[in-house]
Amino acid sequence: MSSTSFSYFSNDAIYASLAIFTIAFIAHTFEVAWSVKNVEGVSATTFDFEKTDRVGRIGTAMMILGFTLLIVADTTRGLSAHRVPWGNMYEFSITGALMLTGAYLFSLAKYKLRWLGLPVSISVLLTLGTAITVLYRPSAPLVPALKSPWLAIHVLAAIISGGVFLVANLVAATYLLMDRFELKGGRPQWALKIPSLEALDQLSYRLVAFVFPLWTFAVIAGAIWAESAWGKYWSWDPKETWAFITWVAYAAYLHARITVGWRGRRAAWLCIFAGSTFLFNYIYVNIWGTGLHTYSGL
Amino acid sequence: MTQTSHSAPELGFMGLLRWAWRQLTSMKIALILLMMLGVAAIPGSLFPQRSQNPQKVDQYFTSYPTLSKWMDHLHFFSVYSSPWFSAIYLLLFISLIGCVLPRTFHHLKAIGQKPPLTPRNLDRMEGHRVVSASSVDAIAKSEIWLKKNRFRVRSDGDAISAEKGYSRETGNLMFHLSLILILVGVGMGGLFGMKGEAILNVGERFINTPTSYDNISYGKFQSQGSLVPFSLSVTDFKATYDPITQQPSNYVLTTMVSNPIGTPAKPVTIQVNHPLTFGSTKIYLQANGYSPVVTVRDASGSITFRGPTTFLPQDADLSSLGAIKVPDMKPQIGFIASFLPTASSSPTRGIFSSYPEVLDPRLVLSAWSGNLGLDSGNPQSVYSLNTSQMKKIGLKALTLGSTYNFGAGSITFDGWKPWVNLQIVDDPGKIYAFLGAICAILGLLMSLFTRQRRIWVRVGDRVEIAGLAKNGIPGLEEELTLLQKKLEEQ
Ligand code: HEM
Repeated sequence: MSSTSFSYFSNDAIYASLAIFTIAFIAHTFEVAWSVKNVEGVSATTFDFEKTDRVGRIGTAMMILGFTLLIVADTTRGLSAHRVPWGNMYEFSITGALMLTGAYLFSLAKYKLRWLGLPVSISVLLTLGTAITVLYRPSAPLVPALKSPWLAIHVLAAIISGGVFLVANLVAATYLLMDRFELKGGRPQWALKIPSLEALDQLSYRLVAFVFPLWTFAVIAGAIWAESAWGKYWSWDPKETWAFITWVAYAAYLHARITVGWRGRRAAWLCIFAGSTFLFNYIYVNIWGTGLHTYSGL
Repeated sequence: MTQTSHSAPELGFMGLLRWAWRQLTSMKIALILLMMLGVAAIPGSLFPQRSQNPQKVDQYFTSYPTLSKWMDHLHFFSVYSSPWFSAIYLLLFISLIGCVLPRTFHHLKAIGQKPPLTPRNLDRMEGHRVVSASSVDAIAKSEIWLKKNRFRVRSDGDAISAEKGYSRETGNLMFHLSLILILVGVGMGGLFGMKGEAILNVGERFINTPTSYDNISYGKFQSQGSLVPFSLSVTDFKATYDPITQQPSNYVLTTMVSNPIGTPAKPVTIQVNHPLTFGSTKIYLQANGYSPVVTVRDASGSITFRGPTTFLPQDADLSSLGAIKVPDMKPQIGFIASFLPTASSSPTRGIFSSYPEVLDPRLVLSAWSGNLGLDSGNPQSVYSLNTSQMKKIGLKALTLGSTYNFGAGSITFDGWKPWVNLQIVDDPGKIYAFLGAICAILGLLMSLFTRQRRIWVRVGDRVEIAGLAKNGIPGLEEELTLLQKKLEEQ
């Protein structure tokens, strides 16, 4: 296939994955909605776990299919430009959606997190939708500053970290929601299958502790690259500054947990705060910011 | 214990110092400082910074004059070198040193020592259980199992205390000490480094002495004598562009380099991401543009100016703006000109450049006559003309090789030369910052992925085992169950 046909194929795969993630989203919505309906029904004993379970499985199957399509889309995008597929913000977004789905599927296999399917599919749909409509750029070679093996290493580490930070945020947000329910007298029926508060609390911590070294690495790899491309390993460019702020916020989170013993609500808020600094960097600095990192193509 | 901290003023001066030191090196203050450092970094990303974009700062001053003055007083346009930002990170790192060094000594001692004594009451500990094993050989069996599993074991007759996972603290200390090393590296760069820029046309030669630079700045302790004694001649510069997006896809600078000056020159290519390196000094290809070459003649036809003039690129298609000054004519002549590498025109935009490579160049100029103001003593930008004492005498767009006669003389557009901006940087601290960064990651991995725990065995009327996992990390129960099985098997 030629470069342009690869690039068209990649776009088609993105549209297909949008459709598949929409089905996943609908399936997960039904999973939740049916449980809610049963609560309002005549008797709680008619609660149909089997039916909700079936639709939940459909959701998971669609997530796996969507993940596969994203891999195809990402790979062909890379092939069309003869390089790694994260050279501008469109590509960064589709690879980010891929990593987020990947982080979710990984946690699903390891921790039985199907309840996260709903927020994850919403996030993926939003990311991909924005990417293909607002951020889309034709496939093209890289500007000279990006021509470096560090593009593959630094950006990939950052995208993976971002995917896992987002999942940790979703878990922490779920913690806060469940905590709210329990304070008000108990969880609604649909939330009964979601793990205990303690398990949620532990899980968001584990996810952060797992990727914090990777994020540290991403920042350092960025500094090494900056040194070879711009002559200075740290120049407090807005992107660097916010990467640093994210790093400090997660370091504070880890300290608060490990050395001060924060748990539960306070820890969840701090986790969400730290994750928001990452999102801020991705959205604000890429689109409205200036500086050396202006590769978004916008 | 806590009361002493409330009665601080009564402790006298030394006591006060000690109290302040204890506060500064406390975890709570360190955490607050850490958060403050994050918050203090924010304004620098929202407002333009002098070190990065001085023009933007000037624009800010024109748009918001009063506000800018106040912000400037508070160092909002140079956040990262401001006193308040420096104060926070210096305090943080003093705090870090004060906390980590004692812990390091303590840990070094602990490595050589046996685990602490088995506590009196094991039934208060995690995973406490009574094992149905014979008390005769329980100690011996436990010791074998614990040692096989790489625990450090302390055996006191009827009790065993075992510990594993010291590398957690080792990694933790390594991480925090590495942060100090990074700061040392960053500081050294600021104190002993050097940074300069030079613009060279293709064909020109650069000799690494302070006067060759367009601008140069030294660290506080860097003497001027220590520049690497090399010379570099620019033989060629090639920029390639993607025809569809018109973005640059490759820059290759070809040079001949002698180091030290006078030795035979060797060909060297410099590219973005591939700087030329001499020890801790590196030479980067930072920017490029065009220098149109013109010949100016006076009315009698004799040459008053000939050569390339550096123009500054204005957009992605490299429309470039500059000023050609001819002080040796009477009256003096100056041109404000723009160089268009590939000229196109449209009714709305007039004449403009539509492609960054030189395909159909045009030199659009306005000629001025009068006093260039070069003798006024005020330094003047080479890229602009001070027209306050001049009069516009004409306007013309020249194609390659054509001549414009402006009355008092003529100007011929002979050609162009690419120019490159070389950035020359010496940062002797960066190797330390780099080492610190590597050690920080290794320490972090070691610390976050090691499980530190203790296991105790006590034999009295019955055989008891229990344990304690640092930070409640899971896995202890399973380990105790394995030990229990081992002890209970016949
Ligand atoms: C005076 C300042 C500091 C003190 C006293 C301090 C102390 C500590 C302590 C006691 C731990 C717990 C280790 C454990 O028990 O497992 C820890 C962990 C940690 N610290 Fe700090 N720290 C300081 C500054 C910093 C800074 C500036 C950073 C980086 C932004 C940082 C990043 C971390 C990280 C990521 C961990 C988690 C690693 C682990 O699990 O051990 N610390 N720190």
